[in-house]
Amino acid sequence: MTAPTRVETRTWTGQSYPRKEDRRLLTGRGRYVDDRGMIRQGYAHFVRSPYAHARIVSIDTSKAEAMDGVHCTLVGEEVKAQTEPLFQIAPEPGGRMQEYLMAVDKVRYQGEPVAVVLAESREIARDAADLVDVHYEPLPAVVDALAAQEPGAPILHDEVGTNVSWQGTYEYGDIDWAIEEADHVVKIDRLHFHRFSSTPIECFGVVVNWDPGTDTVEVISNNQMPLFGAMVIGPSMGVGIDRFDFTSQDIGGGFGIKINLYKQTGVLALLSKKAGRPVKWVETRTEHHLDGGHGNERWFVDIEVPVMADGTILGVKARAVDDAGAYLHYEPLGAVIWTQVLPGCYRMRHFQIDYSQSLTNKCPTVPNRGYSRMQHLWMLERIVDVVAHELGFDPVEIRKLNYVQPDDYPYETPNGCVYDSGNLPLSLDKALALIDYPTWRERQREAVGSGKRIGIGIGSTLDSGTNNFGQAQIVNKDLPFSGNGEAAICKLDLYGEVSVTIGTTPQGQSHETTAAQVVADILGVTPADVDVVPGFDQARNAYVGFSGTYASQFAVTGINAVIGAAEKLRAEMIELAAFALGAGQDEIELTGGNAQVIGDPERAIPFIGLANMVYTNNAILPTELAERITLNCRHTYVAPFDPPDVERKFGNLTLTYASQIHAAVVEIDEETGKVEILDYAAVDDCGNRINPQIVEGQVHGATAHGIAAALREELRYDQDGQLLNANFLYYHAPSAAEMPHIKTDHVESPSPFTGTGAKGMGEGGGGPLHTVCAAIQDALGSEEPIVADSFNPPERVFRLLRGEGLGEARGVEVVTKGAS
Amino acid sequence: MDRSDVQDVEFTLNGETIAATVPARRLLIHFLRDDLGFTGPKIGCDTGHCGACTVRYNGRTIKSCMMLAVQVDGATVETIESLADDGELNPLQQAFHEHHALQCGYCTAGMVMSATYLLERNPDPTAEEIREGLRGNLCRCTGYVNIVEAIAAAAGKETTQ
Repeated sequence: MTAPTRVETRTWTGQSYPRKEDRRLLTGRGRYVDDRGMIRQGYAHFVRSPYAHARIVSIDTSKAEAMDGVHCTLVGEEVKAQTEPLFQIAPEPGGRMQEYLMAVDKVRYQGEPVAVVLAESREIARDAADLVDVHYEPLPAVVDALAAQEPGAPILHDEVGTNVSWQGTYEYGDIDWAIEEADHVVKIDRLHFHRFSSTPIECFGVVVNWDPGTDTVEVISNNQMPLFGAMVIGPSMGVGIDRFDFTSQDIGGGFGIKINLYKQTGVLALLSKKAGRPVKWVETRTEHHLDGGHGNERWFVDIEVPVMADGTILGVKARAVDDAGAYLHYEPLGAVIWTQVLPGCYRMRHFQIDYSQSLTNKCPTVPNRGYSRMQHLWMLERIVDVVAHELGFDPVEIRKLNYVQPDDYPYETPNGCVYDSGNLPLSLDKALALIDYPTWRERQREAVGSGKRIGIGIGSTLDSGTNNFGQAQIVNKDLPFSGNGEAAICKLDLYGEVSVTIGTTPQGQSHETTAAQVVADILGVTPADVDVVPGFDQARNAYVGFSGTYASQFAVTGINAVIGAAEKLRAEMIELAAFALGAGQDEIELTGGNAQVIGDPERAIPFIGLANMVYTNNAILPTELAERITLNCRHTYVAPFDPPDVERKFGNLTLTYASQIHAAVVEIDEETGKVEILDYAAVDDCGNRINPQIVEGQVHGATAHGIAAALREELRYDQDGQLLNANFLYYHAPSAAEMPHIKTDHVESPSPFTGTGAKGMGEGGGGPLHTVCAAIQDALGSEEPIVADSFNPPERVFRLLRGEGLGEARGVEVVTKGAS
Repeated sequence: MDRSDVQDVEFTLNGETIAATVPARRLLIHFLRDDLGFTGPKIGCDTGHCGACTVRYNGRTIKSCMMLAVQVDGATVETIESLADDGELNPLQQAFHEHHALQCGYCTAGMVMSATYLLERNPDPTAEEIREGLRGNLCRCTGYVNIVEAIAAAAGKETTQ
């Protein structure tokens, strides 16, 4: 492993340094994919299935091709003829899936591409796509993950033979013993985590050129994990990784969804090859909602929770059924990723979770902010909350009793993950202080009978960062994945410029700023003196297979790669300076753009002088030095992981655990069921913060996504698989007028595992979903049904107020030992 | 419909007179971005809800995806590119910078144009008035907290929330 490095001098690191990215973005001079193009490019438009499930009988492109201005078309059969099926992460049965870059023979969700048209303008491409005549034979659709597993359900993929793409049981401790031993067993009929997406404002876009001269595929896009894309489509298309050049500069939000931009890239590359010209495609908002990728929907059924008389919760037994949609995109990695946070914030030791995943006639799911952990953490937090309500425990005290305690860290979870640091009780106290908890409890009592109910909710959540990709082997033991890391290059350029290149693909996470802060401290300059090259370019050679921006890891993987590269550069600069100044290396310091003998500015050489010796004046150096020192230093940070124990499903799956504790006050209008947030607070603990203002911005953003998801956003299909809200008219992403102010505070529990003490953060763990549901439950009281769905629009809350829950009765039952 | 239908337009864009021939069906946002190279305004939806394409049209803010290019004939149009003076951020842009009111930056052009118009009409807005004034602009990164702070600061107010 790479020795983690601690930045010794922290002049800039830890400051709220204003962002280096802002100037271009504030003046309209960012360069997003739709701002870019290539000479002779044509514009592509996809032809999409109107059906959720249908056989493709025929596709006639002749009318489209005859239209003036149309270059060519491409259909699924042509794609199949020149490519191999895509590599599948799943073992059997899901792994038997024959998935091509574009639909062949069948369509399996509304909006699935069946053909693509290339024309000289956007408008002509769109008109021509309307002239492509596709004859479908509709098939029955299945849109519910539980129904998809029933006998007789329509099968999506004949070669898979079942709609259950993956199944596994996660067992730790002894849940049967715990249920036997417990004073109470709380049984919850079912919980449902709904489907939504963070819907980045910038939709997908690709400009691609299959260059016939060099046989290379140049891709300008907003893919946020380009090497994953290349790994999946490369073998299918017969293109080596070194023949791709993925690039991006500015990306207009991603939130995980933009990992899903690979099939389209492959199809468009084939289209470019066929047309002999570059291809530009920018997805419309409607297309993005239909096809861009959705967050995971999940059912939890037959939940049993053993609880001791003092409120200690021993564990959970449940069946989880995840809904992957029609294909396995990045899935079934979600089938293990939730186990990074198996016990959530709690000391529970006994688990049996039977996890399976269904294929349904809906858009494929993809990682979305809080991916797969958020769903599980929501279930756990619903459980703790329901237990408190049913057994009469104080919601604050039961959490504090069951939390992993400050003295427990590093804390090994039942499945071998190691929680690095934290202080959950303190974080909760701070959150409650921000909303002035006692005052709201009083106002809650005063509001009784007024027609408005007040509820106070707490959400405890984890933001696990820096995956151990070895967990993929728990899903499929044959996968050659483990560890994690990132690459960076730090160089001193010809005239003494400090330049940094990273393998990440930021979409607002401010990497140019934070990387410049840490490098400034290492090289004794200011962040303004450090040029962090914007965006990603495969040709810069600063990448590893894991490269990209996803899964709350930049503060560990990206920053440690940058630190490692800057320290290598620093060592080279000191060696050169020692030679030039006739001093020992331990006598040299870097300060103010010079290398000098410590405390003696008279004996100094500027950075440009060091660069000169290497780039244009190397005859003055001893040959050995001239050949060894390049001032162009690449470093790969390797996260300290071992492969997990696949049989036991056991191992350290994530390096860091940031925590977030949220508290909310809601008011429910009894007449309409409308939920209004009266006060909201989030307390983040991500260890040492590199830039507090940027961290706070991430907390705001993650919180806003969660609040919107809890109350406003659901991607809703009807029983025929028609998406009912494929645009912002019907999908209610909130404006400023519909969002509350968010109060924030922080705790800093440094991670012992990352060198800098920082933890990855940004995803936020879906905290508001837990919190808002708890607040609604608190307003409803213990007589009404439990809040069993993560989505609570007015009509659902209206029904809850009238005693109508998700399933039978109140949806919960308590069995107490000794009670008859 | 004959798709070759075109029309001549003459208008003022960011202080410069522009004369052009545009297809009758071209949206103003595509005309600004693809034909004239002013890529500051962005496209984020197809229903007029996201506001990333917001520009000034005869002084008022409009969504340039909801207008045809031919409708600019004789009008004055300003995009985000009109605001910075010789590359110097104006006070509102500076406030966005200092308060970290942008992350990915994709909504920013529209957000700043709407905020400019808001402050012209109401130089002393409350936090609630700022939020109402931004109803036509979606941001998915910031949760709006720092955007509201930045606009309040540009209006010379302490944090108001």
